[in-house]
Amino acid sequence: MSAQKERWVFSFSFLLCCASSIPTRGSARLLQELSPQEYFSSLQAGRASLAYFSHNVSPGAQPFLEQIENSAEALQDYGISVVKVNCPKEDVSRYCGKENALRKAYLFRGNMLIREFPTDALFDVNSIVANVLFALLFNEVKYVETLADLQNIENALKGRSNMVFAYVPATGTAEHRAVMEAAFVYGTVHQFVLTTEATLLKDAGNDESDVSSARLFFCHCQQATDLVQPCRRTAMGQTLTMLNIHRHLKLMGAPLVTEVAEDPEKVSTVHLQLGLPLVFILSQKETYEADKRTAEFVAWQLLGKAGVALLSRDLVDLNILLRSNVALKTPDEGVPVKYLVLEDTDEVITLVEDKNKVEQIQEDEEEEEEDEDEKENNNQDIQDDQVVEAVARDKKRELPLEQILVLTEETFHSALLETARTVVLFYASWEAVSLAVLRSYTEVADNLKGTRGVLLSQVNCWDWPGVCTKENVTQFPTIKIYKKGERSVMYDGMWGTEELTSFIMLSQVSCPLKLATIDEAEGYLRGEFPSELSSYHHTSLLGIFSTASSEAREAFEEAGRVLSGHVTMGMYFEDDALALSRKYAVSPPALVLARSGGRSVESIALSKQSAQDMVWMIRYELLDIFPEITVQNLPRYLQLGKPFLILFSDGDIGQMESKEMLKLAKGRPHQAFVACWLNLKKTPVGRGVLKAYFATVPSLPLLVWVNLHAGGQVFKFPSEQSVTEMNILSWLEKLKAGLEIPSSTLSEEDWKPPLPAYDFLQMMEMAMPELPLHTSHCRRDTPEWHPPESPGGDTAVREEPSQETKAETVGSPGRDLRGTAPRLAARDKQGKRHSEL
Amino acid sequence: LGLALYTSSLCAASSTAFLYHDYCIIGAGPSGLQAAYFLQRAGRDYVVFERSHAPGSFFALYPRHRKLISINKQYTGKSNSEFNLRHDWNSLLSHDHRLLFRRYSRDFFPNADTMVRYLEDFASLLKLRVQYNTAIVHVTLERDVKAWNGHYFLLTDQDRQNYKCSSLLVATGMWVPNVVNFPGSEYVEGYETVSINPEDFAGQTVLILGRGNSAFETAENILGVTNFIHMVSRSRVRLSWATHYVGDLRAINNGLLDTYQLKSLDGLLEGNLEDLAIVKDKKGKLHITLRFYLDNRNTSAGIDSITLPQDELDNFATRAPYDRVIRCLGWKFDFSIYNRSLRMMPEKGNKKKYPQIKPSYESRGTRGLFVLGTASHSVDFRKSAGGFIHGFRYTTRAVHRLLENRHHGVPWPSTVYPITQLTNTIIKRVNEASGLYQMFSVLADIILLRENATAFEYLEEYPVGVLAELEMQTGRKAPNGLFVVIMEYGRNFSGADKDVFYYNRAVGEAQHAWQSNFLHPVIYYYKCLPTERDMRLRPPDWPLPRPDAVHHIVEDFLTDWTAPNAHILPLRRFLENCLSTDLRNFFAESCFLFAFTHQKLPPFCRQGYVRMQGLVGSEGLRRHAVEAGLLEDYTLTDFLGNRPPDSHEGSQDQLLRDHAIPVRPLQHLVNAKDE
Repeated sequence: MSAQKERWVFSFSFLLCCASSIPTRGSARLLQELSPQEYFSSLQAGRASLAYFSHNVSPGAQPFLEQIENSAEALQDYGISVVKVNCPKEDVSRYCGKENALRKAYLFRGNMLIREFPTDALFDVNSIVANVLFALLFNEVKYVETLADLQNIENALKGRSNMVFAYVPATGTAEHRAVMEAAFVYGTVHQFVLTTEATLLKDAGNDESDVSSARLFFCHCQQATDLVQPCRRTAMGQTLTMLNIHRHLKLMGAPLVTEVAEDPEKVSTVHLQLGLPLVFILSQKETYEADKRTAEFVAWQLLGKAGVALLSRDLVDLNILLRSNVALKTPDEGVPVKYLVLEDTDEVITLVEDKNKVEQIQEDEEEEEEDEDEKENNNQDIQDDQVVEAVARDKKRELPLEQILVLTEETFHSALLETARTVVLFYASWEAVSLAVLRSYTEVADNLKGTRGVLLSQVNCWDWPGVCTKENVTQFPTIKIYKKGERSVMYDGMWGTEELTSFIMLSQVSCPLKLATIDEAEGYLRGEFPSELSSYHHTSLLGIFSTASSEAREAFEEAGRVLSGHVTMGMYFEDDALALSRKYAVSPPALVLARSGGRSVESIALSKQSAQDMVWMIRYELLDIFPEITVQNLPRYLQLGKPFLILFSDGDIGQMESKEMLKLAKGRPHQAFVACWLNLKKTPVGRGVLKAYFATVPSLPLLVWVNLHAGGQVFKFPSEQSVTEMNILSWLEKLKAGLEIPSSTLSEEDWKPPLPAYDFLQMMEMAMPELPLHTSHCRRDTPEWHPPESPGGDTAVREEPSQETKAETVGSPGRDLRGTAPRLAARDKQGKRHSEL
Repeated sequence: LGLALYTSSLCAASSTAFLYHDYCIIGAGPSGLQAAYFLQRAGRDYVVFERSHAPGSFFALYPRHRKLISINKQYTGKSNSEFNLRHDWNSLLSHDHRLLFRRYSRDFFPNADTMVRYLEDFASLLKLRVQYNTAIVHVTLERDVKAWNGHYFLLTDQDRQNYKCSSLLVATGMWVPNVVNFPGSEYVEGYETVSINPEDFAGQTVLILGRGNSAFETAENILGVTNFIHMVSRSRVRLSWATHYVGDLRAINNGLLDTYQLKSLDGLLEGNLEDLAIVKDKKGKLHITLRFYLDNRNTSAGIDSITLPQDELDNFATRAPYDRVIRCLGWKFDFSIYNRSLRMMPEKGNKKKYPQIKPSYESRGTRGLFVLGTASHSVDFRKSAGGFIHGFRYTTRAVHRLLENRHHGVPWPSTVYPITQLTNTIIKRVNEASGLYQMFSVLADIILLRENATAFEYLEEYPVGVLAELEMQTGRKAPNGLFVVIMEYGRNFSGADKDVFYYNRAVGEAQHAWQSNFLHPVIYYYKCLPTERDMRLRPPDWPLPRPDAVHHIVEDFLTDWTAPNAHILPLRRFLENCLSTDLRNFFAESCFLFAFTHQKLPPFCRQGYVRMQGLVGSEGLRRHAVEAGLLEDYTLTDFLGNRPPDSHEGSQDQLLRDHAIPVRPLQHLVNAKDE
């Protein structure tokens, strides 16, 4: 950015030099001092000069003279010489003679007097330059006072030339000077119009700007054809300085839309040179006319903020272009061109304007660094952890803990012996996540109120670290279920009320449950047995084993231990197992899955699987084919590592769609994606997902393909097509072929610290400049360089003698007694202090 | 290792004249028993030699006036046993709850007899192998390349019985009284033998040499019955509440300061004891004079010929004659039993009473010889608590862990946690750990980061002085950077002549935490393990070399560092910035959103939600988070669908920040410590 700035500053000063190449800097002092005769004889035709007449020393005019002297250099750039004319005492000519003439400065062109200025109009360099140029550029800069004047000028210019209209609150200001200086350069190209009337500004359609600040507009009159309508105007956003005006006029002079036919990385336009971004509208032959109109429309919107180029895909062989419609090139060097897929022109504009905003903020930051620092610090101590903050806000509420037994180091073991099963929540009373879980836990306790044989309890590890360590609790929270005489089971599911309740309920029954009769086994598959679980909606798994398949049975039992609490598992291995298996058309060892109370039963043959494989297989089999995705169940599907095909729906999905999707999902048994749907009513955060994809929530239902694990592209199923298996499949084919443009791409940014930390090291450095610099750079073998005067040597050793000597001088051991001895009579103050003894 | 064990057993078998043990501990005082306890628990071959018939023989005699000045706090308002050890200065470490000192005495400053009883119980209840009535009179080395340390230690007891050990743990304490020799020092009574019956001092004028706790304890005992007491020593009095050093004069003993400053005849003066001389007159009164006068005297004429200072300076301070002069100059280490080959050298300067050891407590002269207990105090003399039970019980444990690693291949105990537990683990430790608290600036917890900072390994209470040798000493690797958790006082706060009660001494705001004065946790971050050279070149007064980043948790009036905004939040930000990650907690709903809108997930979601351990959170909590602007409620936002289109990237993130509502700390309460 700064490099850019320098570049155009340079080009501008070069331009100024050309425009004012006439002046010659002969003398070191730019203010010439001449006698009246010398002065008048030196005047050249067409040369402007500013003269001030004085009788040697006139003390009142001294400050004014200084300002005149200071402005000499600036004026010289415009070919105007500045002369101090020393009037002889006796001179009574026109300029020297009159008393009041001495309070004025005179502007001559050749020997013609153009304007006389009272000294109070020339109070500083800005006012001198502004007023002098104003007088000289009488034709180039029209001064208007009324709206009618302005309109007349504007109308006269239409179709011929553009107009620069400037408002300054007062003449003689820095802004006024900037306008005049610009007019000096551009006066022949554009018509300049100046006003100090704020009413004219209001008409310029800028009611929001306050009249205290100067404004400048570029009026595009050259292309104006309609005599009734005012010319299109582009306001300059920045403050009125010579550089900014130059920049603005340069931008206005650039073509509205540049047509390019090369790699955007290589394209450079005046916008980029001036530090503005360049937007490419990617066009193709078929849509060229429409694209051109779009480009022009966007260009008008972005005039002065960014350049617009029209790039024809057909002429440039870049495959990225196929997938995007807009590209953005920033002036920063080394930043690659960004290719985007945008929906409408507004998005293009916000894209640029937001960037400008960001830049603006960055500039402000640089200016008010200290302010910003403070602000930053203020943010640093604001809690931005949603869990911690939520718990903090809830801390005054008393939790309904009456259903939960509070255990201590002393009561822990005796409590475990009293109930068949004890659920223990290990938590730390200062730790937010465990306090959040404690809140869910109270709800669980409420749900399970009256359930026999289950005791809910809690241990605060901040109070009783011993028992927590002994129970191998290394992180908070931890929930363990202790069954009398069995190993404890650690809860490893979601920290939610429902999940935890279900876990506690399901783990009531041993897993796998040994079924004794065929009747029991069938009742089990119908969900009627065991009775404790009959009220719980669940999928039942039944392993059927013959006496020969003990290996598979052992693996199944081991898997049951792992899945205990998450799954209901039964097993049957009586002699008539074969009869049971025949009923489900399998041969043992086999697995029978009964979903929704036995209405849908599947059977799977078991081969020689390890317990681990069996766990994995059972988990996989329990996944739905076309699930409704929720906050709670997403992780189970995420683990498959496949792309998602999600049907977003506001409420239940239609039967048609459901049927088609199911067909699609079933169609490929080992398909490469997860087909699911999301009910926004039940999972409102889905709206957040849609907003992230499409900026707004599009019309529903909506089918979306998300490559969660590879690339992160999001594709939207064309809304005009109906959701049928065929349509989806052909769309998926197109996706695979890369023919579709992703609607957005998921951010692949790392999760960085949300805010900086306090830099105590730096603060210490400020307070203790003697703190050595950090020199270790993780290269152990290479000796590091240390300045010889750094606190070298063994500091521990070096320090001690200094302590010793300190003690010696401060404590002055032995002084008192010795000091009292006559021979060592040198009694010092130290000695006197103890003379009261 | 197997070889070492084999060879050692072989040696034991071959040299019948020697009784062999892997570890020999000399002294069954608190540190000897503490070391024995850890060796016993680890199942090591060890023996403790004790010259007396019972443990803690020093405490059977000292302090003479029987009042221990180690606090024995009955109540802290907390049940956390680890935390309570911060305020229990007498117990040794063990798994046995019966062996807590508060079960032995209810006195805040207990009687020394209780300590003896406690140590007896400690040895017997834990069945420690102590060989009583065995005074080791000589220690020498036997070179042997097969030995653990290249040599064996040969110990000889008073009965000429020889013992052979692979490792020697010296826990003999400091029991040799410091004496000064000057003309007339034969008239001086020692603290060891002086009468403790105040009646023996009735109406007497007493001069006490020394200015430590024993001197003041002696004075305290007789303050009420003497004419007056004068106290002479080389250095100024150092008050422990000003220096934060428990070995300096404790307020419980400072009655004499009170009477001195309240013009009650008692007084303190500074002088070099070596310049003194004491002359006894015919009436048995003791006069103070200067060695200088005696040296100039030609013959040993009568007392009358000796010049007294008051003869020339008639207002000489100590011109009044004394009835008794008592020496209370403390103790030094017994260097006498070690053969020259062990090179047991005294430390330099004011630490010369201690043997020279490394910060690992190993002797500088002999490998395999470790000094434990109060004799090991040179490491942190006048700084921390390593010379006292409540300090060396932890350093002894550290030495044991070093030995386990060195000789038995048992690495320093550690626990591995997922990175999401980093803030919690630190907060837990700084709030309850007693070793960090008692051995501030000496023992530190070390956090070794695993690759990509997804997990970390936590090592407790490692001696920070040997940080550079961490990998070798602990058997743990530190290739990915580390944190060091340590506790410190403010650097310029403590000191003999510092006003520790000045106004605004307490820092209340987290952003000024580095200026905290009272003991507070400090966390150093190193991208790589500091080298020996870094350790040597560390800034003066720093326990550690300059880190890559440092964090101070602001001092707390209650030493309770669990405040979410003042303590935990700044710590989390520090850790996040060191690791360049986001350590916030998220509800499952947020993780769900991130899972669908980001290719990467923050650690909390990655290690929790994705593994089906998401924090669902109760409805009430989620509502609070929404109110705080940290969670968006999408049920309400139908009509708000007009966010700029390019905000996918971290939009939630942005949201989280934008809507945060400042929670200002309550300044006046935070600074209550000033009052």
